[in-house]
Amino acid sequence: MARKDFLVTIGLEVHVQLKTRTKMFCACAVAFGEEPNTLCCPVCLGLPGALPVLNKRAIEMTLLTGRMLGCSTPEISKWDRKNYFYPDMPKNYQISQFDLPLCLGGGVPLYELAYPKDHQKSIAHPDKVVALTRIHLEEDVAKSTHLPKATLIDFNRAGTPLMEIVSEPEIESPEEAVAYLNSLRQILLYGEVSDADMEKGQMRCDVNVSVRPKDQKKLGTKIELKNLNSVSAVRRALHYEIERQIGELEEGNRIVQATWRWNDDAGQTEWMRNKEDSQDYRYFPDPDLLPVRTAGMLAALGVPELPHQKQVRFVRDFGVTSYDGGVLSADRALADYFEAAATGTTHGKKLANWVINNLLSALKEADLPLGQSPVRPTQLRALVELIEDGKITNNQAKEVFARLFAEPSHEDLAALAVSMGFEPANAGELEGFVDQVVAANPGPVAEIKAGNAKAINSLLGQVMKLSGGKGDPKLIRQLLEQKTA
Amino acid sequence: MDLAKLTMMELRGVLRKGKATSVDVVEAIRDAVAERDPRVGGYIGLDFETALAEARTADAKLPMGGIPVAIKDLINVNGQPCSCGSRMLAGTYRSPYDATVIRKLREAGAIPLGRTNMDEFAMGSSTENSGIQLTRNPWDLDRSPGGSSGGAAAVVAADMALASLGSDTGGSIRQPASFCGVVGLKPTYGRVSRYGVVAFASSLDQIGPITKTVEDAALLLGVIAGEDPKDSTTLRAPVPDYVKGLGADLKGMRVGLPKEYFIGGTAPGVRAAVDAGIRKLEELGAELVEVSLPHTEPAVAVYYILATAEASANLARFDGVRYGHRAENVNDLAEHYRKSRSEGFGAEVKRRIILGTYVLSSGYHDQYYTRAQQVRTLIRRDFEEVFAKVDIIASPASPTTAFRIGELANDPLHMYLADVFTIAANLGGICGLSIPCGFSESMPVGMQLLGPALGEGAILKAAHAYEKATEWHKQRPNP
Repeated sequence: MARKDFLVTIGLEVHVQLKTRTKMFCACAVAFGEEPNTLCCPVCLGLPGALPVLNKRAIEMTLLTGRMLGCSTPEISKWDRKNYFYPDMPKNYQISQFDLPLCLGGGVPLYELAYPKDHQKSIAHPDKVVALTRIHLEEDVAKSTHLPKATLIDFNRAGTPLMEIVSEPEIESPEEAVAYLNSLRQILLYGEVSDADMEKGQMRCDVNVSVRPKDQKKLGTKIELKNLNSVSAVRRALHYEIERQIGELEEGNRIVQATWRWNDDAGQTEWMRNKEDSQDYRYFPDPDLLPVRTAGMLAALGVPELPHQKQVRFVRDFGVTSYDGGVLSADRALADYFEAAATGTTHGKKLANWVINNLLSALKEADLPLGQSPVRPTQLRALVELIEDGKITNNQAKEVFARLFAEPSHEDLAALAVSMGFEPANAGELEGFVDQVVAANPGPVAEIKAGNAKAINSLLGQVMKLSGGKGDPKLIRQLLEQKTA
Repeated sequence: MDLAKLTMMELRGVLRKGKATSVDVVEAIRDAVAERDPRVGGYIGLDFETALAEARTADAKLPMGGIPVAIKDLINVNGQPCSCGSRMLAGTYRSPYDATVIRKLREAGAIPLGRTNMDEFAMGSSTENSGIQLTRNPWDLDRSPGGSSGGAAAVVAADMALASLGSDTGGSIRQPASFCGVVGLKPTYGRVSRYGVVAFASSLDQIGPITKTVEDAALLLGVIAGEDPKDSTTLRAPVPDYVKGLGADLKGMRVGLPKEYFIGGTAPGVRAAVDAGIRKLEELGAELVEVSLPHTEPAVAVYYILATAEASANLARFDGVRYGHRAENVNDLAEHYRKSRSEGFGAEVKRRIILGTYVLSSGYHDQYYTRAQQVRTLIRRDFEEVFAKVDIIASPASPTTAFRIGELANDPLHMYLADVFTIAANLGGICGLSIPCGFSESMPVGMQLLGPALGEGAILKAAHAYEKATEWHKQRPNP
């Protein structure tokens, strides 16, 4: 059997650190890269007698995530203790949510641009939405660093609010898994609930994957994959693991339910432990925390516009193409930049080109994030308006843009263009050039008069040349039309 | 004048009039401890130097200005050891912070002085489960002071402290208070912050005063009570002036007598003293009403399921990784946990951790833990229904007077059943106190008064009226 004779089933469990100011159950700051064990207190160190107190902001952020992903929320949500011993968990139980999580159901829409670039032309299920089982809130554990004869533990991370987003097993390929993670990340960034950087551990992902022959109804035995530290690692690990499982089945072997670890350097998965070793967590309601009534908090949430909603609106309101709308809305900051630039002008489509083609490449070349762009949205709008009003040509605008990018102190773009010698030729001067060109080109003029409107373009180019590039193409066309009528 | 023998109210007057200083009081306690504690064994730690330093700057104008209070060894005091009566923590752990009750004591001018002995992690009713030492009853050194706050009750009874703070999860303040002939009050769940109190069973634990008089209990409760942003289970309710609420007249007060609490099993001498106490309440104007608490019988079983389940998680943090006893010569992490915990915990604590782990495990969870939660709701409703008809409930605090040391040490089930009158109040989240009401064979007997949630004012008022009309509280042992 070939790979196409097998069905692949993938489910993802994604842990997301919320970017609250303080930890889940105490007032310690949430920060990355501080001196180890400096951001902790009796509560997040689990000292005898210390008690947890809920971080309201973390609950709001989780509810917001649920709203953005279309989840429902139980009227009452509660906290439970998950019991297990490990040195990174100072109480030896984790405060988590068992049967009444903050969010149930919902789904993650897989955006076209969220698929790997090499795969965007061959998406199997366009507009697919991967259903979610639940989202719950818990506390992160401390960070362990394993040395040959000791393990160092940094409790700065212990108690950071952590959202666990569990998908239904509905993902059918490594590329869909990539799209799921990218789409989810995009939405989390939109909600400003997390920076969701996998490389910084702000977003962590465990994968369950199984394969089965196409004609088999029952799902195959699942393997859990761990140590996936980037989106590309998820894709590579899944490809490897799927091939491995298919190979096992083809050799007539049975898959044993187990946890395997992705070894990124070796590019392969390695057996960790079998499922029989799994623990009984003995969940029970945490008596130190009261259940939360969610209705009031839900009602007070401000839910942001989602990427695909923005895309549709950009197409409708600013006349951009669907593709450009997708690119612009993929990143909330970029979308905000574009919207600030495009609001109040009718040249949205042209602005989109300028943002995507000129601004982004200039920023990339200068290695600057959008937030530090030397060119402000209003300036970009003014530049496009100068072009559209015939004050400068497109090529001149590129020079003005480059100057502005290098010297952001310029406020008045029109003045800057003039100072660069880009003054539009005046109408009288242009009329002279038009007369000159019409007189010198009887052939094309006759064609125009005969109804071939396209012939006007070659004349337009000649007039433009005579004007030294300063002529307004619209005005020139208008004059040519008059003179050849 | 022996300052250690005074009540807090008496001492407050003395200090305010300038007849003695707080330093004098600390020194008087030092003398009393030197004289009597070698026989009683109520304290497992005393830092007189720190207390004297604090006494020197004491402000007598504050509600408890300059008055030392003994602290049960599971309440965190910044810089002091906090061993919970366990070898797991003794000698290795020093607390880096103040519990909320300690902060409140300090704000009221009081001085935390001394760590009192207890059953290990508050698990027990005789203080014999302490991993540190034995505490003896000041009335009879062959007997137990009760538990788990045995040290806290014994040091007050023996005039080695003006008052103490204990904790009560199933009777651990009221029972030792009754055994030692002092006043012990368990507040309503949520009335006093648990922040900084090492948890045994989080949904049942409360901190409360053990004192020589009802007035002192009212004073100390008023200082430690109140909502705490660091404990989400504290109640959002104003704290009344409990001392001002005291009076001598019980006219119109309805006192419920649960028939399930008066059906045999109680020692005749205890029954006689409590019956006399109840008649005295009637003489003072109270109306007696027979009531029923139908779910009394399963209460002990429910308690030992829920308390041990919570304890199995609460005590998981004592693993020798970050603090406390750490086993030597271990080969791997699992062995580290196993050896550190096997060596650090005593038999009763291990028994309860195993029990609690069992009732939460997959396959047994519904049968034990979930079921017990349901019965707990019924017990809570029993009290709600009774308190719709009466103001307070009266009963014995314990079916017997103090056990002989060793008498029940090898019979945990019998020891568990001795908590039958006190346990339901913790399950119901209501308040209760024990007040001396006589003697049986020369040992003190305690009468328990239970009140509804936030009904501390009512039980204190009844107890105070009773105390004013009797002399029992004036009797002191001579250890």
